[in-house]
Amino acid sequence: MKLRKLAKMAIENRIEHSFVIKGKDFGNAGNVSTKIKDLLKEIGIPPSIIRRVAIATYEAEMNVVMYANHGTLNFALTPQKIEIVVDDRGPGIEDIELAMQEGYSTATEEMREMGFGAGMGLPNIKKNSDEFEITSEVNKGTKLRIVIYLDSKNE
Amino acid sequence: MNKYYHSIYINEKKCEGRMRCMRVCPTQAIRVRNGKAIILEERCIDCGECINACPNNAIMPLTDPFTTISKFKYTMAIPSPALYAQFGREILPDKVLEGLRRIGFNDAYDVAQSCGEVSFAIQEYLREYRGPKPLILSSCPPVVRLIQVKYPELIDLIMPIETPREVAGKEIKERKSKELGLKKEDIGAIYLTPCPAKMISIRQPAEGGKSHLDGAISIKDIYAPLLSAMESLSKSDYKSSLESLCILGIGWAIAGGISKTLRLRNSLAVSGLRNVVRVLDDIENGKLKNIDFLEAYSCLEGCVGGSLTVENVYISYNKIFQLIEDLELRKIKACPDIREVRRKFKQNYYFRKEKISPRPLKPLDTYISKAILKMKEKDEIYESLPKIDCGACGSPTCETFAEDVVKGEAKITDCIFKVPERFEEISKELIELLRKSPYQRLGIEKEEQ
Repeated sequence: MKLRKLAKMAIENRIEHSFVIKGKDFGNAGNVSTKIKDLLKEIGIPPSIIRRVAIATYEAEMNVVMYANHGTLNFALTPQKIEIVVDDRGPGIEDIELAMQEGYSTATEEMREMGFGAGMGLPNIKKNSDEFEITSEVNKGTKLRIVIYLDSKNE
Repeated sequence: MNKYYHSIYINEKKCEGRMRCMRVCPTQAIRVRNGKAIILEERCIDCGECINACPNNAIMPLTDPFTTISKFKYTMAIPSPALYAQFGREILPDKVLEGLRRIGFNDAYDVAQSCGEVSFAIQEYLREYRGPKPLILSSCPPVVRLIQVKYPELIDLIMPIETPREVAGKEIKERKSKELGLKKEDIGAIYLTPCPAKMISIRQPAEGGKSHLDGAISIKDIYAPLLSAMESLSKSDYKSSLESLCILGIGWAIAGGISKTLRLRNSLAVSGLRNVVRVLDDIENGKLKNIDFLEAYSCLEGCVGGSLTVENVYISYNKIFQLIEDLELRKIKACPDIREVRRKFKQNYYFRKEKISPRPLKPLDTYISKAILKMKEKDEIYESLPKIDCGACGSPTCETFAEDVVKGEAKITDCIFKVPERFEEISKELIELLRKSPYQRLGIEKEEQ
């Protein structure tokens, strides 16, 4: 009985949002991370954490826009942590270890001209998250799981 | 109640609740309650967009009246460089300053000199700076307030250099009190302002502390007397050459002027609050790190686009632009001595005394777990709304309305689309009441007979 009550509370105290990201849609690129940022501000999450979430979601969103055909970003917030799962259908990453190296990029010349493709995307996401997982299958897609803990002092 | 002083006020008698102001407000700081517009103090950043939007002229900037100059033993006019752009191309700053002396000021100070000093100080600061980028210009009060309210995590990017108007105020008071043997408080340093926002930066500086200026008069208010005073001047009254003009200082009137005159190649200029918001969003997403310096202005094209100016913004922009071109072509550099600026810079003369701190909006709740519950409630309310942002409820968008309901500042029935539902509820209650009433019982009994 007590357990069920606890489980119910945990479900209630959780916000979830699912966003669709279109590949090559540069016009709307960045909208998802802006929406998440605004939501976190309204909740009253500390600025230092918002900044980390903003950078991680923006880079992840841009990766989908630049390389994949289609992707979803699932966002969940509880009083303890923020969890972001980005799942895309796209070319996938052949060598994850290489892709995680700073400065490594497969961006085209056009993308570089737009100011992307500095090879900092994935390393930047990792740097800003507390838990980071990446799985990928060539010609299928890539999945990222990012967790950022909230400061327990805020409770 | 009035934690934040604002330079905008709404005349209740004139306000007809037409909601134009509510729709243009970039920070959603206006609500219409009981048919009248009200300003939410903590959200307002004094940009003045609502002043121009009001069809009834019910929103007024709170600047000082012209008579304020008689409050001091000695009054100095400190005109914003945007004032120089209000008159025809042949009228140069020297003539404007002389005109100001004729209309009642004891003296007028060419703020372009202070602007030049601060330009050099910015250059010096950028040279040594190695921290996160881009650094953001601090002279536009609404931009600073926007960052305080909506982008608290960018606060450290605001340049710690004092604004030219404050540097001018400080300098004038020191110099004139020595020259004239007056106390500093007997000298009035009055800024001639192109926008209402400078008024609050004088009454309530973003960083706290006290301004060196004593008031601000709207350029609109002094335009007519100044124009006629200048007409009665004879050529011998003022210098009519470009020789004394500081090119760096003139640049402060237009967006991009500082970077252009300092030749800062790795900088960016953005004007108009909505455009500023887009750029700040980018910075928050970790972009623009390779830019050194961002000139951001709330008014379109910079200070020449201020809501208290008279001349068409494109004409005044062009005048300043041409002046800069002319000065560049003729290699005129009547600017402050850079060695002197460097010396004062090293003594921290140009640094703001207090640090600007964030003033983020109140979250839905102080406890995150409660805030999350309220957010869910807000989302549910929002989903039940028509999402057409009609504004009839008195909140600018369906989303802000949902927020207002959760915060207890509005009732769900304020939404006109909720009225049929409410009617249904009320009529059910009425039928129920009727059924219970003796009259109804009698009626039923009669029918049965």
